[in-house]
Amino acid sequence: MHVTSPVRPPLVTGGKTYADVTEDICRHVENNPTKEWLIAFGISVIVLIYGTACVLWTWWEGLGVWGLNKTVGWAWDITNFVWWVGIGHAGTLISAILLLFRQKWRTSINRAAEAMTIFAVLCAASFILMHMGRPWLAYWALPLPNAFGSLWVNFNSPLVWDVFAISTYFSVSLVFWYIGLIPDLATIRDRARSKVSRFIYGSLAMGWTGGAKTWSRYEYISLILAGLATPLVLSVHTIVSMDFATSVIPGWHTTIFPPYFVAGAIFSGFAMVQNLMLITRVVYRLEDYITLEHIESMNKVITLTGSIVGVAYLTEFFIAWYSGVEYESYAFINRATGPYWWAYATMMTCNVVSPQLFWSRTIRRSVTWTFFISIIVNIGMWFERFVIIVTSLHRDYLPSSWAMFSPTRFDIGDYIFSFGFFFTFFLLFSKYLPVINMAEVKAVIRSSSERLPIKVAGVAKGDRVASPTFNKDAQ
Amino acid sequence: MSDFKGKYLVGVYDDDEVILHAVPKLRKAGVKINEVYSPFAIHGMDDALGHPRTRIGIAAFMFGVTGCICALTLLIWTMGIDWPMIVGGKDPISLPNYIPITFELTVLFTAFGMVTTFFISNGLGPSLVTPAMFDPRSTDNKFVMAIELKKNRLSEAEIAQYLRDTGAEEINIKQF
Repeated sequence: MHVTSPVRPPLVTGGKTYADVTEDICRHVENNPTKEWLIAFGISVIVLIYGTACVLWTWWEGLGVWGLNKTVGWAWDITNFVWWVGIGHAGTLISAILLLFRQKWRTSINRAAEAMTIFAVLCAASFILMHMGRPWLAYWALPLPNAFGSLWVNFNSPLVWDVFAISTYFSVSLVFWYIGLIPDLATIRDRARSKVSRFIYGSLAMGWTGGAKTWSRYEYISLILAGLATPLVLSVHTIVSMDFATSVIPGWHTTIFPPYFVAGAIFSGFAMVQNLMLITRVVYRLEDYITLEHIESMNKVITLTGSIVGVAYLTEFFIAWYSGVEYESYAFINRATGPYWWAYATMMTCNVVSPQLFWSRTIRRSVTWTFFISIIVNIGMWFERFVIIVTSLHRDYLPSSWAMFSPTRFDIGDYIFSFGFFFTFFLLFSKYLPVINMAEVKAVIRSSSERLPIKVAGVAKGDRVASPTFNKDAQ
Repeated sequence: MSDFKGKYLVGVYDDDEVILHAVPKLRKAGVKINEVYSPFAIHGMDDALGHPRTRIGIAAFMFGVTGCICALTLLIWTMGIDWPMIVGGKDPISLPNYIPITFELTVLFTAFGMVTTFFISNGLGPSLVTPAMFDPRSTDNKFVMAIELKKNRLSEAEIAQYLRDTGAEEINIKQF
């Protein structure tokens, strides 16, 4: 007997069986790349090469090639860093928090979202390296006993907390992602026709055979990893926000920053997942796995987090006035009406107004609208970081130090580098690894597919308890 | 996985529910099942097979405690003892400031320690040789039960009959 709840539409449509799932997901790994993939990959590599040239020039010449000045000492580098870290958060949220909440709809999107996390965090880290100016000395940020006077890094500094937070976040996300990949890599290994792919996927699958004991431990560690990753993901952006919040700059010294940054991170991360998944589902013909239900669920998360971000904007404005601190009030009035009013207006429109459109069911379930609004949200979140950083800095306590910031082509080129890097690696991932977690989708297919009746021998009488064939297979 | 030696009877099922119900029936009949292989985790299978609860969680906790102690030792020694310095008005040993790094290192040690334990306890690791498998379809869409004949008092024909009765689609003999 198979019962489908009328209030829970199937997560996987098209009446898929276990074999269909393997076939559909492995198809793009086993076949030659499509023309669309090759074109996209070619463009990404060209962008990456151009961006790399800009980054190398930045390092060769020094940070003087950026548009920074005495007053605005942080601008695009930290904006891009915080933005990319935020993008990464949706992956961990989908894989960890939704796993803890037993949200089955995560299974179709968690793999790609986690890959997105890894590449986004790498992009974020690249801006930390870039803004050091001398990346070959990056190891100075690590707690190594050094030969420069027995000094240690300052563990009281949020910038050092960042080093620990980002590196832990990256390594734990990588492990989580890889552990999830192992069963699927074994599936590809066992289907591989060529010796080369059997060797490569076989080495990556680490000898996985799928025994019950292994699966039981696998599920157990996945749950603990999710339990670890959930506070971790919240801590990472909290710590990133403390880079600002523990300072004395008006507009940064704000206790609302940790939750506000975390909500903003999830907001922009989900928007990026939407963009990537909407393209992936069409290119790899995965409409049965990434359905309108998935898109709608993600849009609901975007609406929720977008609303939290909107409330945070209003709260910090209110507190700036209510605190009675004139510098704080000035910083916020200047954000909205000063020379960067256009950036503030863009941020408000994109982040506060646009996600509210998702209250309409038609818009929430429309692929075109979703894609469009997701891009708008990402633009808005980039401007949020820009507004926080540049508008707070460009008006110093000393009016004689007031300055404006405008990016040079190297600021822009370094940002372009991160896009080239992100899309090149995401495309490589989507071609050579399964974009959907086959094992997890198969596990939820019975309770959430349109068919696949339960066939229990002796329970469902007369159901396919066929007389088995008896093969002698002596190997 | 070259520790399989001997002759095995391999029951291939095409449905997870069927094999989940088959396992207790076979065990009740006195059949000793070596292992069940499936393309995804079947909830309740470890109970059905009588596997004890995994203790990997205890290992994870131990790794977490180690990480926490290592972090606090590092922070207190470097900031408070080796080179005490007051920065931003904070005490050299100031536990609230140590929370972020202590938390991160606790998570890092737990995650890596636990995953390493998982790999070791399951015999998983980088390998250039494809593991010996009872049926490669068990990573695709089939559910495979392996029964070593030598370990069982029941005869081959009797076990095969039980497999057939519980819904096995195929019964194969595999010799390693």
